[in-house]
Amino acid sequence: MKHNQTIATPEDYIHAGYGVRSWLFTVDHKRIAILYLLSITLFFFVGGFFALLLRLELLTPQGDLVSAETYNKLFTMHGVTMVFFFLIPSIPAVLGNFLVPMMVGAKDLAFPRLNLLSWYLYSVGGLFTLYAMVTGGIDTGWTFYTPYSSSYALTNVVPVVIGLFILGFSSILTALNFIATIHRMRAPGLTWFRLPLFIWAMYATSVITVLGTPVIAITLVLLGFETAMGAGIFDPALGGDPILFQHLFWFYSHPAVYIMILPSMGVISEVVTCFARKKIFGYHFMAFAIMGIAVLSFLVWGHHMFVSGQSIYVGMVFSALSFLVAIPSAIKVFNWTATMYKGSISFHTPILYAFGFIGLFTIGGLTGLFLASLATDVHLTDTYFIVAHFHYIMVGGAIMGYLAGLHFWWPKITGRMYNEAWAKFSALILFVGFNLTFFPQFILGHLGMPRRYYVYPDEFQVLNVMSTAGATILGLGYIIPMVYLIWSLRKPRDVGENPWGATGLEWKTPSPPTTHNFESTPVVDGDPYQYSPEERA
Amino acid sequence: MWSFPLLPDRASTVATQVDMLYFFLVAVSLFFSLVIIVGLVYSAVRYRKDSKASREGAVHEHLGLELAWSIIPLGIAMGIFVWSSVLYLGMHVAPSGAMEIYVVGKQWMWKIQHPQGNREINELHVPVGKPVKLIMTSQDVIHSFYIPAFRIKQDVLPGRYSTQWFQATTPGVYHLFCAEYCGTSHSGMIGKVIVLDQPEYEAWLAGGSSTAMSSSGAELFKQFGCQTCHKSGSSQRGPSLDGLFGKQVALINGEKVVADQEYLRESILNPAAKITQGYLPFMPTYRNQLSHEQINQLVEYVKGLGGQTSASEHP
Repeated sequence: MKHNQTIATPEDYIHAGYGVRSWLFTVDHKRIAILYLLSITLFFFVGGFFALLLRLELLTPQGDLVSAETYNKLFTMHGVTMVFFFLIPSIPAVLGNFLVPMMVGAKDLAFPRLNLLSWYLYSVGGLFTLYAMVTGGIDTGWTFYTPYSSSYALTNVVPVVIGLFILGFSSILTALNFIATIHRMRAPGLTWFRLPLFIWAMYATSVITVLGTPVIAITLVLLGFETAMGAGIFDPALGGDPILFQHLFWFYSHPAVYIMILPSMGVISEVVTCFARKKIFGYHFMAFAIMGIAVLSFLVWGHHMFVSGQSIYVGMVFSALSFLVAIPSAIKVFNWTATMYKGSISFHTPILYAFGFIGLFTIGGLTGLFLASLATDVHLTDTYFIVAHFHYIMVGGAIMGYLAGLHFWWPKITGRMYNEAWAKFSALILFVGFNLTFFPQFILGHLGMPRRYYVYPDEFQVLNVMSTAGATILGLGYIIPMVYLIWSLRKPRDVGENPWGATGLEWKTPSPPTTHNFESTPVVDGDPYQYSPEERA
Repeated sequence: MWSFPLLPDRASTVATQVDMLYFFLVAVSLFFSLVIIVGLVYSAVRYRKDSKASREGAVHEHLGLELAWSIIPLGIAMGIFVWSSVLYLGMHVAPSGAMEIYVVGKQWMWKIQHPQGNREINELHVPVGKPVKLIMTSQDVIHSFYIPAFRIKQDVLPGRYSTQWFQATTPGVYHLFCAEYCGTSHSGMIGKVIVLDQPEYEAWLAGGSSTAMSSSGAELFKQFGCQTCHKSGSSQRGPSLDGLFGKQVALINGEKVVADQEYLRESILNPAAKITQGYLPFMPTYRNQLSHEQINQLVEYVKGLGGQTSASEHP
């Protein structure tokens, strides 16, 4: 590591102002990123606490730790918290906010005040939902299927729906900001095909967010009207159609899966090429694959509904389109692997998380084939196979990618290096704990154990015990980084502007960067990722 | 307690076919996982920072490779798609002459009635080796009728019939689960599917003293005065129901529909939705007067009024 570069002068973004007001009224994208980092970390541990209680309840086949009502609320609130308040904002709102302007050579996002508004909307939506969860909870599952949610659930459906509706605007505003910034504020010479893949990923994610989020917002409003006033939209007893809700819900919520995973793919691309000291393999294919995934993500929602009663021919069309999404995903995995070939690989923490990501995402992606395939999906859908599959994508994929990024850019964000021994240890613990938690769930699903079951037949216990044991290790794996990352803040700054020897404009700023990032507008005169294996990290 | 199965029971005709596809997918997954893992580990070890291995000829673009790892997976994916879709079609279209059993789901139990009249709750007795078609509806929220050993599952919706079929291959007792979250006791909405040899099944059927569904339906038909309008033979006010089942009906809007169970159910609950040509829409709804079981019995009665042609024989 190159620790011998200039240590940042005090007028960095952290020391640009003091006191709570200087943070709550900041328009600096980097400070807003820190606000998001704190908020989503809070929600992550809230959601994780729910998960811990779920896994403890499932240690035994009978219901013992909590009541059935509580269990149903716990898995609902786990899903709602993790999906809407952690996964969707995680990389875009924290790393994206921090890095997008720097990576394109700009002083800030296009609309700094709008950016602050995004965080306030997130916070209001989050507090509203948290309040609804604490004062009674919600038990509909994060999918809110009608008519259960609208006509039968006796829990806080309307307040949660209002919270999520507010939250949606936060996503939309951040996405608009990114799109405008990437289009209009690139440094001279930074053409589209010179952009880092992280920017491509942020761009694709933003496009999906802007197109998809309004649909879920409208759907939630309709659900709220039906729940509160009995508008007959989804409940057949009122003249509605419950399948319509599923179409509208998944029209957003399937693309939302890509809102969660594309940013991680962007991070992994940055990390792999940096620590392999080799230009990313197939840059153009990687960029097109990102955009291809974004387009296809809107055409596959029906694969959540193969047993719902939708037409079997519609099911076939969605099945074929779902198989198509596998191709750009495969292209990405093969290209990362090929990037390592004949590189010069040094094993710092970020690439360990990247290895974890590639392995777990591969398993998550391949098990997706079982679910895109109609005949096998009939058996596997709504079982623990689904639960395992999407946790491989969202936890094994999205969170591993988030942690890879957090470890990669932590020195840039804070000006300090964390303890790498602990960091590598926690990457290993997470990988082991994750697989022990979720792999048994594939087998449980194939054996036929339905998801969202509070009690279950005895023969499923051994695999559930394994899963709970794994979850304990996994939980530990999330607490260790909290400790050593916070610990790193206690020591004086110890990294220069570019500790990893990485390319990219963000590494040309001091660590931590100054408020306006660059002293003068940078000029770009070549391709990204100009690494060479001879020059080693 | 500490022993557990690794593979589910396999007790229907489609279970074997689905499992073949499943294991093929497992093989494909293992193959590609291995390719990736071997590739990563090989590069990570051979090209670690301190290794002296030659990096001569390293490339960061290769059109042939990109096309290869796009087109080969695409070919495999499309192969799986075709295989799976053909299988799925077969899983969906019940053979004509399948015996029909009615299922009503409610929070939190499965209510089942056989055409012979036998009723059961959270248990389903079926004969081995015979195609069985389930005609299912829900009286409240969405449920899902799932028999893992048969590899079949179908959501059961309020306000319509959903169907699925199976042919059991091995006598035994199997799990029946509700697979769509339906509220507090979702995980208690479970039961047993009991597959019996034909003689045992007949003995079981004879064991219950019950009225056939069509006879109960005939009673209801009288009780609710249906025959006032739906007279046998030529009739003035409502169309005759003799030989109606499975036939095409011309509607006043020019469309044609097949008079299947769903059509009959809808015509009782929402009579104005599909009016037969030559008749006026003055039939009242029976929505709040009949239980879901009674509607099923009426449907079964009308089905039996001659014209036993099954719907599946029509285009």
